Amino acid sequence: MAIFLTKESKVLVQGMTGGEGMKHTRRMLAADTDVVGGVNPRKAGQTVDFDVPQCLKGLGGTPITVPVFGSVREGIEATGADVSVVFVPPAFAKAAVVEAADAGIGLAVVITEGIPVHDSVAFRAYAATKGTRMIGPNCPGLITPGQSNAGIIPADITKPGRIGLVSKSGTLTYQLMYELRDIGFSTCVGIGGDPVVGTTHIDCLAAFQDDPDTELIVLIGEIGGDAEERAAAYIRDHVTKPVVGYIAGFTAPEGKTMGHAGAIVSGSSGTAQAKKMALEAVGVRVGGTPTETARLVLDQLETERDVTHS
Amino acid sequence: MTDLYEHQARGLFQEYGILVPRAEVTDSPKGAREIARRLGGRVVVKAQVKTGGRGKAGGVKLAADPAAAELTARQILGMDIKGHTVRTVMLAQPVDIESEFYISCVLDRAAGRFIAIASAEGGMEIEEVATSRPEAVARIPVDPAQGVTSAKATEIAEAAGLPPQTVDVLVRLWQVLTREDAVLVEVNPLVRTARGQILALDGKVTLDDNARFRQARWGEQDAEHGDPLEAAAAAKGLNYVKLDGAVGVIGNGAGLVMSTLDVVAGCGARPANFLDIGGGASAQIMADGLSVILADPDVKSVFVNVFGGITACDAVADGIVQALDAVQLTKPLVVRLDGNNAVRGRAILDDRAHPLVQQATTMDGAARRAAQLAHAG
Repeated sequence: MAIFLTKESKVLVQGMTGGEGMKHTRRMLAADTDVVGGVNPRKAGQTVDFDVPQCLKGLGGTPITVPVFGSVREGIEATGADVSVVFVPPAFAKAAVVEAADAGIGLAVVITEGIPVHDSVAFRAYAATKGTRMIGPNCPGLITPGQSNAGIIPADITKPGRIGLVSKSGTLTYQLMYELRDIGFSTCVGIGGDPVVGTTHIDCLAAFQDDPDTELIVLIGEIGGDAEERAAAYIRDHVTKPVVGYIAGFTAPEGKTMGHAGAIVSGSSGTAQAKKMALEAVGVRVGGTPTETARLVLDQLETERDVTHS
Repeated sequence: MTDLYEHQARGLFQEYGILVPRAEVTDSPKGAREIARRLGGRVVVKAQVKTGGRGKAGGVKLAADPAAAELTARQILGMDIKGHTVRTVMLAQPVDIESEFYISCVLDRAAGRFIAIASAEGGMEIEEVATSRPEAVARIPVDPAQGVTSAKATEIAEAAGLPPQTVDVLVRLWQVLTREDAVLVEVNPLVRTARGQILALDGKVTLDDNARFRQARWGEQDAEHGDPLEAAAAAKGLNYVKLDGAVGVIGNGAGLVMSTLDVVAGCGARPANFLDIGGGASAQIMADGLSVILADPDVKSVFVNVFGGITACDAVADGIVQALDAVQLTKPLVVRLDGNNAVRGRAILDDRAHPLVQQATTMDGAARRAAQLAHAG
């Protein structure tokens, strides 16, 4: 299994014909994702050929042809798509998510960076009323290695395995995937670094807890807000699988936004130290560096095995 | 996120029909005297800084006449309040206060929506009231599709025990929040005067920088980079924060760069800056970033930490080589490249073979090396 995304997932790409959309659709196809269509009202009826790297689907040099639909609804009707990946620019992101939710998409993955928070608040609430799960915005998306990749996470740095990963940061997701590439991952979810996101650490913890293929969960947080503290309380009450944590931003000064719109220490709240302490208080081992975090994961898996075998 | 000065916030309030006392801003003591004369003599002189606790720091004072206003302005201008230099003062007509309230609309990250916060106990530290007597502070979630209607505002005012005249102010405050793309609008205190008027005596507004594309007039407001290096980096579109250490840090992705700062600090050195070249960075962005860091006299060594996802390590290496050709490198550079096109990137740096550039294979090892070099330098 996996969470939220499997090889059965049929993916539409809103903004596929734009620069980023083209680049990443090609990468998604190369990772075996079933991309069933793009959405662009001005290019409805056209098709786009993707020349996917030789080692994978396009073996033999045949390009993969993907149709463009005029709307998400048309795309769903024609293909049975259940996932949409959103690459449209910030000014149009709200309309794109509302359209996807209206069309009844199950999962909307919003990669777009720089969306005004009022828009995120509005489309998050709207998607919820329509039963659409939203991941992001300002996120790298999610990958179930070997099955499907919805977003911009590089697929070739890891393999399928037993670790579930949830992270606010894209590059730290990649770093940990790479460090733990020998073990592999069930699903890696980048939830995004904005102050308001659709899917939270807690949503992912709950899904990983229920996923029989996930043996251990890695949780990556950073300064700002109190999502990690709330995740800690959730772990205490609901998670029986081992969780290993990592928090970025110990050296961040108060009042400065560190890259992500949501990564800011204001007053005494949102500090990395507070988050680390909250996680450790509920038995989560927290690494001091990404490499140490990976080592803790390996230790933990060893321990589990010893316990099972004794 | 951009905080506005008090006088900018009150300007917005006024535009949306929230009443404020008469006031003017100046950067000179002479100007203060003239303004005080225009406002009727007796005035409140208020330091304009983007931080709280002005009153306690001596940045808010009553002046009895224009001469006193000039003297007070002279004392306050140039003051340092929590690291912020006072460059302007606002002079406002004093008000006969009958009672003080607190109202705000703010983003509730946990709930993913905005909430209205209101209390009949304004004027003092609202955080203290919220902690010691939480029942005195009403926190009402606002449905994003509905907003603060008159009915909602009535609910908020009643929950907080505010007089009915504040309902209209609450509706207007919500309009400021939504139409100006703010993440925080706060009036503290909102006062009722002896004559029964409701006035916003002080306010705070924080704007969402992501909405800049549809809020054209924000361009007029100063982005305010106190640090010249931050200003130079912003001009090049770089995501840079100046810190106070000796190891320059540059990397891709906010999370990885934050993590790099921590790892450097863990090695006993202090990072000199945060610089994120972002996803899919070009050689040019890398070169620009490096030149900003090298221009910082506090920097003793530089750590380039890149995990290529979308970003290609060969482009990063090209950028480093470009920078090496453009500036005379006098500080050691430790580079760690992993991920997308790392092999090609490492080869580019090997070929260039600059004596001050060394490569490392792990993030922890590279941080240790950069820290050692900073101490040696």
